Amino acid sequence: MTGLMAVFRKELADNFNSMRFLILSVLGYAAAILLIIFVAGQNIRADITETTQFIFLKLFTVSGDVQFFSFQFFMAFFLPLVGILIGFDAINSERATGNLSRLSSQPIYRDSIINGKFLAGLVSIAILVFSIVFLMGGIGLRMIGVPPGPDEILRLFTFIFISIIYGGFWLALALMFSVICKRISTSAFASIAVWVFALFFIPIIASIVGNLMLNLLSPAILYSGSIQVLLIPSHPLIFELSKAYLGLEPNPLSIGQSLLIAWPQIISLIALTALCFAGSYIKFMREEIRAT
Amino acid sequence: MKDKVVIETKDLVKNYGKCIAVDKLNLCVNEGEVFGFLGPNGAGKTTTLLMLLGLTEPTSGTATICGYNSTRESVEVKRLAGYLPEKVGFYDDLTAIENLDYTAALNGLPRETALKRIKELLDMVGLSEVSEQKVGTYSHGMKQRLGIADVMIKAPRVAFFDEPTAGIDPAGIEQVLGLIANMARQKVTIMLSSHQLHQVQKICTRVGILSKGHLVAEGSVDELGREKIAGGKVRIEVQLAEPSSRLVKLLEKVKGVTGVERTGDLLLISCNKDLRRQIAKVAADCDSLIIQMRMEEYGLDEIYMKYFSERQI
Repeated sequence: MTGLMAVFRKELADNFNSMRFLILSVLGYAAAILLIIFVAGQNIRADITETTQFIFLKLFTVSGDVQFFSFQFFMAFFLPLVGILIGFDAINSERATGNLSRLSSQPIYRDSIINGKFLAGLVSIAILVFSIVFLMGGIGLRMIGVPPGPDEILRLFTFIFISIIYGGFWLALALMFSVICKRISTSAFASIAVWVFALFFIPIIASIVGNLMLNLLSPAILYSGSIQVLLIPSHPLIFELSKAYLGLEPNPLSIGQSLLIAWPQIISLIALTALCFAGSYIKFMREEIRAT
Repeated sequence: MKDKVVIETKDLVKNYGKCIAVDKLNLCVNEGEVFGFLGPNGAGKTTTLLMLLGLTEPTSGTATICGYNSTRESVEVKRLAGYLPEKVGFYDDLTAIENLDYTAALNGLPRETALKRIKELLDMVGLSEVSEQKVGTYSHGMKQRLGIADVMIKAPRVAFFDEPTAGIDPAGIEQVLGLIANMARQKVTIMLSSHQLHQVQKICTRVGILSKGHLVAEGSVDELGREKIAGGKVRIEVQLAEPSSRLVKLLEKVKGVTGVERTGDLLLISCNKDLRRQIAKVAADCDSLIIQMRMEEYGLDEIYMKYFSERQI
């Protein structure tokens, strides 16, 4: 435990002192402010009628005329970047600088190093996601003056939770490449290649092949699918689906029902993350640590 | 009192695919020794050190430190043993103090104790003036000295140094070796690997020579020199003013002398023990003036060259 906590504290401090995390935060906050003021602020009125429920959640889902520029789309692109940038050189930079030999000759279990790094990355992602959502919520609240209901707050927290898992997947993936690849540029490139493949190629291939199940291999689609269910409780398409497959009638869905529908995607995301982490764990634990 | 075994390997083997890096190595280092682990590049020195520290798994055989199995009880081993790798690295954007503080935290030292010890150690290795500077600005020799402080943080009972003198200037080498010798005086058992023999010769109480994964020789530097090279013989070189052939004949008759070679005014006398007194007497009897006389000593370089030239044949 001593070792894990020491590594965790050091890595967390490193993350927050690093230039890349600063740039990522600035990018995230800037996008959040732009989205809330110019996209949600301009378009939310057109979306609301007298019977509209979940007005506060609309702040995070309204996209206006530009289909791709909504908060959920932004997060689906942005979180992989955060995870990859935190993780891609986690282990191989320690090796390249000659720190890994020194580190692993201290009286700690070897997995403390990789666990501490993963946890610190996950906490960094969590802090970033929390602050972005709170920033948007705060500005949005001032703009529309409609406070969120308890159900909406719960949904937002679930959204934050799923976002952290999604960022965690990319962190675990990048961490795995940093264990496998000896060179930092190789691991960066491999992580980005998977990112591009998952975000662009899988949907294209799936639509060519005509098998939409293929989409479930893409963490990005798993993510946007599950948050759509959560953040848009009265989505017509999801309502149709839930009626057809689960026999659910009410519109909008309750949070329990939304979770029920999103559950397979959430579990798949967790499983993919666990798979990547287990890969790096096994490789790292068996490896010879030589100063090269 | 029986010497306490601190470092021990039993039939230690490490294969990389078909390549055998370490082959049935049996090694034993007692408490308080400074053991020099010598051999050319690729002899398996680093691999052996890594196995002793549990940083890589042996193919077969066991390595133990103070009775703890290096593979299975590696955390206990690493609590007792410090290791300075060949290309030691620090976090370049942290200061010396911050770097050592991290090591202390990994060792679970309370912060107060840690900061006090860090200050003492940086004083000891002569880095206290630059302790607030980022390690990125340090020279190689300074980093090596910081590495020694880093090893000392955990107050180890055993310390492993892999090529501690590689790539630093002569003054730096003196400092590093001085610090290691100082550790030895504080009852730390030391094992250091090197291929720069004359440098480590001074501080090692015992050396082992490794070649292609085998330990080909082991013992103190003097022992190795006399027994292994000259076949237990002592060679005495005498320079005389006017060596006569009568003197050579008389010398050959001295008990214990096995051969006398003459080149100019130099006589090279092989004998099975130190016979300088008898030789001087014979020379005096013959009225020959001894200009100088010395017993040949074997340095590690000669021992080493001898081993590796023999092996190549």
